[in-house]
Amino acid sequence: MNNHMKVEMAAKSENESFARVVVASFISPLDPTMDELTEIKTVISEAVTNAIIHGYEDDDDGVVVLACSISNDDVTIMIQDYGRGIDNVQEAMEPMYTSKPELERSGMGFTIMENFMDQIDIHSSAGAGTTVTLVKRFNQNQQQIAK
Amino acid sequence: MSLVSHFEQKEHVLLIRLVGELDHHEAGTLKVDWEHYLNAGGIQHVIVNLEDLTFMDSSGLGVFLGRYKQVKALGGEMVVCAIQKPVKRLFELSGLFKVIQTEATEIDALSRLGVAS
Repeated sequence: MNNHMKVEMAAKSENESFARVVVASFISPLDPTMDELTEIKTVISEAVTNAIIHGYEDDDDGVVVLACSISNDDVTIMIQDYGRGIDNVQEAMEPMYTSKPELERSGMGFTIMENFMDQIDIHSSAGAGTTVTLVKRFNQNQQQIAK
Repeated sequence: MSLVSHFEQKEHVLLIRLVGELDHHEAGTLKVDWEHYLNAGGIQHVIVNLEDLTFMDSSGLGVFLGRYKQVKALGGEMVVCAIQKPVKRLFELSGLFKVIQTEATEIDALSRLGVAS
């Protein structure tokens, strides 16, 4: 099946749960397992939280774009902000690294995204924003059995 | 779904029951309330019952890590019980189980810390 959607939301923490629910609902036709659903909801939460805390530094005039597309059994999710950008993407992806230790961040966001998804791609430029693209392949086991 | 946190003191143990979803939006309030109880005195150990915590992300991990440091400074232990699969995976991934103890039930956790339930 093929489908896509895109929503825009204010960079407010209230919208983190909204973003999770939107994507969970959108991918429900793929009949995801409980584990897959948890993984998707967790990575959405991580990326949207990053946009709010790091991209916009809690300025809720900021806008977060969430787009999701389904192509056969592949789900691609894009989370975009127009905030300050990440100074050093490689450093940001290190497990336990956080640029805001005073906020009691665990520094596990990108590690979780890497672990729960099949592919992760981060584009960031100073002052222009960050786009995180995540890909997950569903129903891999069924396909293997079918072969 | 939001988060509801129940706090209860049993002897020298702070028992917390978390119901709902713990994300960045909910983490701030939980942290403030949790710190308030720890700072009030008379508490050494913390038990967190996660039976009804249906979702958690890395913001939740940050809150646990921060309170673990506080409890450790009090010379106490942090125990989580009835942890569900989605939350358990995050604890495993972060290595939190190396410092936070785990028990199957709230009764097991209380008896581990010497509190008669």
